[in-house]
Amino acid sequence: MKKPLLWIVVLVLSISMIAAFSLAGCKAKAAAEEEAVVEEEAPAEEAAEEAAPVEETRAGVVTVLGTWGGDELTNFQEAVFPFTDETGIGMAFEGTRDLAAVLTIRVEAGNPPDLAILPNPGQMYELAESGELVDISQFMDIGELETNYAQAWLDLASYNGTLYGIFYKVANKSLIWYDPSAFSAAGYEIPTTWDELIALSDKIVSDGKTPWAIGFESGAASGWPATDWIEDIMLRTAGPDIYDQWVNHEISWTDKAIKTAWEVFGEIVRNEEYQYGGSTGTLTTAFGDAPAALFTSPPGAYMHRQASFVTGFFPEGLEAGTDYDFFPFPSIDSAYGTPVLGGADLIVVFNNTPEVQELVKYLATAQPQEIWATLGGGFISPNKAVSLDAYPDELTRKMAEMVVNAEVFRFDASDLMPAAVGSGSFWTGTLDYVSGEDLDTVLEEIEDSAVDAY
Amino acid sequence: MVRGKIVMKKANIWPWLYIAPALLILAFFLVYPIINTFYLSFLDKGSESFAGLSNYIFAFTKKPMLIAFRNNLLWLIVFTVFTVSLGLILAVLFDRVRYEAVVKSIIFLPMAISFVGAGVIWKFVYTYRPAGTPQIGFLNAVLSKFPNFEPIGWLVNKLTNNFALIFVGIWIWVGFCMVILSAAYKGIPKELLEAARIDGANELQVFRRIIIPMMKPTIAVVATTMVINVLKVFDIVYVMTNGQFDTEVIANRMYKEMFQFHNFGRASAIAVILLLVIIPVMIINVRRFREQEALR
Repeated sequence: MKKPLLWIVVLVLSISMIAAFSLAGCKAKAAAEEEAVVEEEAPAEEAAEEAAPVEETRAGVVTVLGTWGGDELTNFQEAVFPFTDETGIGMAFEGTRDLAAVLTIRVEAGNPPDLAILPNPGQMYELAESGELVDISQFMDIGELETNYAQAWLDLASYNGTLYGIFYKVANKSLIWYDPSAFSAAGYEIPTTWDELIALSDKIVSDGKTPWAIGFESGAASGWPATDWIEDIMLRTAGPDIYDQWVNHEISWTDKAIKTAWEVFGEIVRNEEYQYGGSTGTLTTAFGDAPAALFTSPPGAYMHRQASFVTGFFPEGLEAGTDYDFFPFPSIDSAYGTPVLGGADLIVVFNNTPEVQELVKYLATAQPQEIWATLGGGFISPNKAVSLDAYPDELTRKMAEMVVNAEVFRFDASDLMPAAVGSGSFWTGTLDYVSGEDLDTVLEEIEDSAVDAY
Repeated sequence: MVRGKIVMKKANIWPWLYIAPALLILAFFLVYPIINTFYLSFLDKGSESFAGLSNYIFAFTKKPMLIAFRNNLLWLIVFTVFTVSLGLILAVLFDRVRYEAVVKSIIFLPMAISFVGAGVIWKFVYTYRPAGTPQIGFLNAVLSKFPNFEPIGWLVNKLTNNFALIFVGIWIWVGFCMVILSAAYKGIPKELLEAARIDGANELQVFRRIIIPMMKPTIAVVATTMVINVLKVFDIVYVMTNGQFDTEVIANRMYKEMFQFHNFGRASAIAVILLLVIIPVMIINVRRFREQEALR
């Protein structure tokens, strides 16, 4: 029966064609309709809010999408609690480690969350470029923001001159953690230069022990701790200017400056004896599990390089200062000293509703930042209005001071690069390098993808 | 097709009306997306301007994609061969076992788990801990009972990781093959096998000369079904290694391009390539299935 079959095929194809064209037309119309409805609602709601007494319960709930879970999430909820208490606006938080994917789906489907907490500005630039984000200078007090935040933070949160977000949780990344009692028991001293660091590592190896506990595994994001290493080293071997050129792809990945940084990195990760579990251990250990090796008895390893938030992953019952402490990542080329590499979470807005505006205004103030600061977990605030006394212990205060007083401060490079490199080939390239691949091949591959991405 | 006697059949619209809803849904959720994806694969990253064949050129020339193709080929060969042959052997062997239903259920059980769940389970089985520390990975723990054994990073070591992943796939799907092949096996007339044995054939000869030829159509259908499955493999790779250390597969690459790199043009091109690769296999599958039906 060929004819009916032919008809069926034609029928199906024509239905799908009609569907395609009508949906394309419908979507634009629907989007316009939605916006009109929201705008009508907003002024009505605002009038109602001003008229109604504070105790009246409101149905406002702000949806937030972020990567936080466990302790981080609990702390954030505590920080937001006074806001909910006062205004009655709730916050519904959705956490996922695969934020990039979930956010992409939501945005593409036309159903973005009210707020998203991005772990990197790179994604913010992409979203801003496609026009998905709300310009927060429309409702924020710019004067207040400029007083409380260093200009660098405002610049980083802007794209093409428009301010899109506020930074919330800063991490100081140029730290090397150690157990002071283990160090003193073995008679080791804190190194202040890279050469001293290598000498110390060699000494530990000759004592029959392992100097470094390293973990690069992180599910779909594996490799990001390695990029932090390379960024710290880049700042110390090539300096901040070349660092900036590197971030903007003004120099090729195969440039000598970058290659040198990777080779310095290789002094640690290409040396099987330096790493706890060898390079296999480094590649298979989750970043949160790696520091545990420092605290076994006898210690499995002595040093762990990681950002300030890692204290949230340390085993229970450890006391800051006595059981664990940090020293700054030492300088390599004395000309560049000890710059501070940092990262931060960025809060961006998708839906401009009154509830969202109030929540964002609240989050930019010192109060929620102070609350989380007191709760610990390595939280550092970029807000100058937060007093250093808010931090729960001397250690966090030291870290915060490092950030605030840094002569040279740079944001994590992989967070600034476009996703295909910064969350893609850079991550996988480091893992390839650790597993033994030739450095030139690795750099060429990253350069290849960078050429496409920028 | 009967060409001899032409019978004028009245146009029977009722069957079409009954299946119209299903056809409509198919058109909306399957045919339209396919056409749209095909269209997007010729556009650029943000689906704004025409990009010609550059996405396809990317898919066929760049190293990450070539590794993905190689791995899919590896999966294709190893996975299909092992699932079908293991399924066949198990089907034949379990026929003679007393508690056949119980044993078969146990082998079939992994099909009931989500593939992501299976990936997580096996990720723990393959876990590596440095030598001298307690091994929490089942495989390393068992093997460390042997003297002179150093724990192996199964998912990291490039010699073992692909096969480790393929093994998980086999673990999941062998039950499916076994069940279908078992049904086909039981359809072989017992007299045939008895006659062969009386004639002096040993078990292996019976297996090779009688059982396999009689089951050929079913084996072909099962094999092509497995081929279609393996070309789409994603969950196992995504959960266990995310395609790192040379374990990349096409579907995972498509996911990365789409959701992590936001390159819709490339993701669509990869999807189209995958579709084009699977279509011939599906055609063979349907044809074989029809042949088999005709035999009944």
